[in-house]
Amino acid sequence: MQISGRLELSRRHLLIVGAASLAASSIATPPPAAAQSAPTGAPVMTRVSFDVNGETHQLELDTRTTLLDALREHLHLTGTKKGCDHGQCGACTVIVDGRRINSCLTLAVMHQGDEITTIEGLGTPDGLHPLQAAFIEHDGYQCGYCTPGQICSAVAVLAEVKAGIPSHVTADLNAPLRLTNAELRERMSGNICRCGAYSNIAEAISEVAGRSA
Amino acid sequence: MRSFSYERAASPGAAAAAAAGTANAKFIAGGTNLLDLMKLEIETPAHLIDVNDLALDRIEETADGGLRIGALVRNTDLAADIRVRRDYGVLSRALLAGASGQLRNKATTAGNLLQRTRCPYFYDTNLPCNKRKPGSGCAAIGGFSRQHAVVGVSDACIATHPSDMAVAMRALDAVVETVRPDGTTRSIPIAELHRLPGDSPEIETSLEPGELITAVVLPKPVGGAQAYRKVRDRASYAFALVSVAAIVQRDGTGRVALGGVAHKPWRVEAAEAKLPDGAKAVTARLFADAKPTKDNAYKLPLAERTLAAVLREARA
Ligand SMILES: Cc1cc2nc3c(=O)[nH]c(=O)nc-3n(C[C@H](O)[C@H](O)[C@H](O)COP(=O)(O)OP(=O)(O)OC[C@H]3O[C@@H](n4cnc5c(N)ncnc54)[C@H](O)[C@@H]3O)c2cc1C
Ligand code: SF4
Ligand code: FES
Ligand code: FES
Repeated sequence: MQISGRLELSRRHLLIVGAASLAASSIATPPPAAAQSAPTGAPVMTRVSFDVNGETHQLELDTRTTLLDALREHLHLTGTKKGCDHGQCGACTVIVDGRRINSCLTLAVMHQGDEITTIEGLGTPDGLHPLQAAFIEHDGYQCGYCTPGQICSAVAVLAEVKAGIPSHVTADLNAPLRLTNAELRERMSGNICRCGAYSNIAEAISEVAGRSA
Repeated sequence: MRSFSYERAASPGAAAAAAAGTANAKFIAGGTNLLDLMKLEIETPAHLIDVNDLALDRIEETADGGLRIGALVRNTDLAADIRVRRDYGVLSRALLAGASGQLRNKATTAGNLLQRTRCPYFYDTNLPCNKRKPGSGCAAIGGFSRQHAVVGVSDACIATHPSDMAVAMRALDAVVETVRPDGTTRSIPIAELHRLPGDSPEIETSLEPGELITAVVLPKPVGGAQAYRKVRDRASYAFALVSVAAIVQRDGTGRVALGGVAHKPWRVEAAEAKLPDGAKAVTARLFADAKPTKDNAYKLPLAERTLAAVLREARA
């Protein structure tokens, strides 16, 4: 068990927030360019504990801390990325109790007792997850910033297909699912890649999906 | 983000009572809309009441053959429910057309209904917006209004309601069940949940302060060919410019509700009577009182063509 709870507002953090505003501008509503303004009320601290990649962590956090910031700034698991901080890009995708979510749009305090898997928990440099290996083999990235989110999302997509969850492009809601390329692309649409590595990402996932089918 | 205190409510009644008894309190469910707005300080609650422990996450059959959907049922689970897929296809389709896989995993039934507009001026805190800051004016009127409402608008606000799910629920005549801070419960037909902007666009629903949505009830299945067609700037992960939820029976009668055109899901029962006469007749009635801007007048022919495509598909 690890205890940590420092509020770190480093220069690096501010730079990340700044970059996030730029990344988001392609979608629906651009967030303001300025960093978040100072709170008027005093910070409210609260305790929460949850498992990350099989390890239990107890944290004392400002209630405002998102799950994303808890992972990155407090647990120093920086594999999960902050792109837009507004649910518009998917860079922050993690798996909570088996389901993929945007860690930027949920509060850490709302995850008491949850089991969280981040990119660090899927594989290691010596023991890659099959999807990690496939992304390398198929060149499923350029800068790599969206990649942890893409891979976490892809892991969950394969489970969703297995569970028979339909998508927008599923032709018949009441027939068995087939994982076509169109299905895959629709299901991965919550992960934006500003480098445009989409076709290689789709190939990497298809290969693993084909193997496990 | 402003600082806030946080509690987990233990029962629906306790949640409603806490909301009424605490200054500037808000419920939080999936958090996907509220936290987005809190980060921008468009929403500034001083206290959050987490409703995720309320055991309102089940879908049950009602005595008269319908479904009671708990307020906390996630959009993914509602869309995938085998009964919804079979009997209320328009609802599955609308849900699956919204947001992304990640967001649907968090987004709840009640939160989806109560999500706020995506009007870009509502999001831009440097500009006037009567909905965000009553009395400050409306930057969309006379601004870029390509995404905005064409019907039911007022001089104070021309925003649209962004939900896809709500449009299908309007076509299905869903009923919203609530509990009030004094413990009493009531049922609100979905047609009466959302308001038109009028001169108080900041008041978006008929809910009272502290009133908690506990469930949404679907009447027994009505059959027919069911479809939801959404037109947007890209094929996925974008809000509707125009959307059509339709239920068409073999005899040519049916129901039609539109999204992306008004401050609430837009359904006019008198327009549906024109269904056997085709899409043009229906939309002429739906938009009889339309007041489009030069930027969004395209939505009128677009809605007609989208409805025509849906009817063709339904009758095929
Ligand atoms: C990038 C992005 C794209 C999106 N695209 C789409 C789209 O294409 N189509 C679409 O329809 N939606 C879209 N959405 C919106 C999404 O569907 C909503 O954010 C979501 O449905 C809100 O549900 P929630 O449970 O997270 O609500 P929350 O954020 O938790 O709450 C929303 C509001 O509802 C209130 N509330 C919650 N539960 C209750 C209750 N039980 N009783 C009373 N009040 C309650 C809260 O106080 C708050 O005011 C998108 C969102 C994002 C971020
Ligand atoms: S249309 Fe409504 S939400 Fe948009 S700026 Fe005008 S008042 Fe605000
Ligand atoms: S950081 Fe972009 S979706 Fe969370
Ligand atoms: S690889 Fe650069 S954003 Fe996807």
